[in-house]
Amino acid sequence: MAQEDPQEEPFVQFKDVQKTYDGETLVVKNLNLDIAKGEFLTMLGPSGSGKTTCLMMLAGFETSTRGQILLDGRPINNVPPHKRGIGMVFQNYALFPHMSVAENLAFPLKVRKIDSATIEEKVNRALEMVRLPEMGSRRPAQLSGGQQQRVAVARALVFDPDLVLMDEPLGALDKNLREEMQFEIKHIHENLGVTVVYVTHDQSEALTMSNRIAVFDDGVIQQLDEPDQLYEKPVNTFCANFIGENNRLDGEVKSMDEGGLCTVALPDGTSIKALAVNVEGVGSRTALSLRPERVRIAPEAGSLPNIFPARVEELIYLGDHIRTRISLCGNDQFIVKVPNAQGHATLKRGATVDVGWVADDCRALDP
Amino acid sequence: MAEPIPVSANGAPGTPGATDTPDDDVSSLKARLRRAERRRRLTAMLLVAPLFAFLLVSFLIPMGDMLLRSVDNWQIPNVLPNTVERIAAWDGEALPEEAVYAAMAADIRAGKESGEIGKAATRLNYEVSGARSLFNKTRRRIERIEPPYKAALIDIDRRWGQPDIWQAIKRESGPYTASYYLAAADLTYNAEGEVVAVPEYRQVYVELFIRTIWMSLAITGLTILLGYPVAYLLANLPLRYSNLLMILVLLPFWTSLLVRTTTWITILQSQGVINDILVWLGLIATDERLQLIHNKIGTMVAMTHILLPFMILPLYSVMKTIPPSYMRAARSLGATPLTAFVKVYLPQTVSGVGAGSILVFILAIGYYITPALVGGETGQFISNFIARHMLVSLNWGLAAALGSMLLAGVLVLYLVYNKLVGIDNMKLG
Ligand SMILES: Nc1ncnc2c1ncn2[C@@H]1O[C@H](COP(=O)(O)OP(=O)(O)OP(=O)(O)O)[C@@H](O)[C@H]1O
Ligand SMILES: [Mg+2]
Repeated sequence: MAQEDPQEEPFVQFKDVQKTYDGETLVVKNLNLDIAKGEFLTMLGPSGSGKTTCLMMLAGFETSTRGQILLDGRPINNVPPHKRGIGMVFQNYALFPHMSVAENLAFPLKVRKIDSATIEEKVNRALEMVRLPEMGSRRPAQLSGGQQQRVAVARALVFDPDLVLMDEPLGALDKNLREEMQFEIKHIHENLGVTVVYVTHDQSEALTMSNRIAVFDDGVIQQLDEPDQLYEKPVNTFCANFIGENNRLDGEVKSMDEGGLCTVALPDGTSIKALAVNVEGVGSRTALSLRPERVRIAPEAGSLPNIFPARVEELIYLGDHIRTRISLCGNDQFIVKVPNAQGHATLKRGATVDVGWVADDCRALDP
Repeated sequence: MAEPIPVSANGAPGTPGATDTPDDDVSSLKARLRRAERRRRLTAMLLVAPLFAFLLVSFLIPMGDMLLRSVDNWQIPNVLPNTVERIAAWDGEALPEEAVYAAMAADIRAGKESGEIGKAATRLNYEVSGARSLFNKTRRRIERIEPPYKAALIDIDRRWGQPDIWQAIKRESGPYTASYYLAAADLTYNAEGEVVAVPEYRQVYVELFIRTIWMSLAITGLTILLGYPVAYLLANLPLRYSNLLMILVLLPFWTSLLVRTTTWITILQSQGVINDILVWLGLIATDERLQLIHNKIGTMVAMTHILLPFMILPLYSVMKTIPPSYMRAARSLGATPLTAFVKVYLPQTVSGVGAGSILVFILAIGYYITPALVGGETGQFISNFIARHMLVSLNWGLAAALGSMLLAGVLVLYLVYNKLVGIDNMKLG
């Protein structure tokens, strides 16, 4: 073990973890997840998909029904929460209301029996880190939501844990503050090099902050990837729909072609060339996924493998782009983002126009 | 384009018509607001009026009456007006002069006619034992006596020739008296008119007050010990269990107080369930059955049981508002379950403990029926003696003085509590 590169050794490891609360439904199904040291990993998923449950199992407040969780190579199934040394930020901050901000920050140090001089120094440093140096004597109730949030982050970090868990820590903040705090948490993560497991159901938050994102649905990780990969190369329909905007076309695989491509026939008879990502073979049903910004308006005939006539249904001016709803191949909810670049095509409602895309941008996924 | 607009805007307020109209508007607006607010205040007052009237009749007036009664001394100045007038001149050393005796004879005669003399006799009997029989005897013979009245009265009863009855009348001739309060504190006047303790064998109330207070404190402590874990479970169990538990907690409220108290008699008496079990287990012999009732133990057990919900409910309502994430946060920060409880959970429930304690203590200190039924001789509370004076000995003045002292004690405790915890922190639900 000692010879191994520490980068290779996962810091946190979920091995075949299952969890059920009622003995009937599995809230977490066969979870396998490796988290590297210093990584910022985000669990992203719709409500009820089991993100909090995973975090609680890692923190020790829930026990896994089956499987193992390893922290730094050691199984921690039987380690009580207070011996795991994991910092945690809760959605409602959970700042102790009867203690001042400084006492809140000193709490984890006091229970570790650190001498008071060191405690004072660390508390002050933590307050400076979250840019609240004058607030030590206030009660949590006397702070704004954003300030409470920062104190909660500082408290989870003040005892220098190697791993910090955050469960939707920004959920209660308004949009501007949330964005500001995203950067702040990101900077703290970069400066301290601490491993962060972060839970959110806000996809833009996940995309801006994370090294890697684990997309949860129904207790299963649907895809675990870096943000750009996740957006550009979704491996199934759920991820394609959940992250970013997606156009979906249902059809049947007609033939598998060379270069990983395939030909898909739509119900109205159109056949589309697509990248075969997640299809079972000829004759199987598939859902095509296409990002709105990858559709080109009025391409030169023959320049793209997929060019079809479409009718413009609706135009919404959004400044940097024009969101255009068209009906195409029998789907009248097809969205195209036309960039507001110089000399861009001017469309009229009700007009007919050709649209097209390259085969690689159109991903054939599970139905 | 920008120039002309400010000019015309500045010009407009200069015209007289433009200034008058807004002023009028403002004042009528204020008047309208005042009228609207007056109407709202009136509605609010009408809404609370019935309750206020009820409280006035059922609470404030009786309370004032009790306070008045505890110092009221109408009997002596009203029934013996002539004696009171004459005795003012007496030096209080030797026997009073003939004029005082004559006044007394006249008062007794008048009092006999009006039927009031017995009240003065009873009142004086609190001061000088035997005064009632003295007056009764004198009343019977008052028609037959002739002046000089001094000799005649002493002839009827020798006690008219002793100074103590006259001293008592002189001392208590005013409209108000402190003697009920003195009696309630086990104090009395000696022959020199000084305040001294009553003989030890007649001391009752101080010990009773002390006993009432410490037993109420003990009962409060027991309800905290027993109620805290139950409230915690109530607040933290899954809903279906906690609902069941809540019903169990509230069940006592739906049973008659009398039934609950008598149930304890069947359980605790020497032929009762507990003793039977102990005997059956062979832990005690059948002739040394434990005395668990008609003493302090009985009062304490039964009252703890009866007052428990009053501790659990305020505790529960406070605990319900503490999200589990506080304890989890404390644990994740490295605190053992015990430390997390002591440092994080407990301090947040202090207001509930305070509210429950003050509720239970105030209820306990004035409790009557349970000590009366299961307290025996040694487990009686002060309220049992208040009731006795109201119903049996009919010494309402003393009952009122005892009640007022109880009230004062509760108020003092309330102030102390307010100073320590702050009444605003008290959460009753
Ligand atoms: N203590 C519990 N007892 C029973 N079921 C629970 C418990 N906690 C969570 N669940 C169930 O487990 C599933 C997953 O819950 P979890 O809290 O992990 O979801 P989540 O992904 O965090 O959702 P959200 O984004 O809404 O926070 C849900 O269906 C939920 O109802
Ligand atoms: Mg959650």
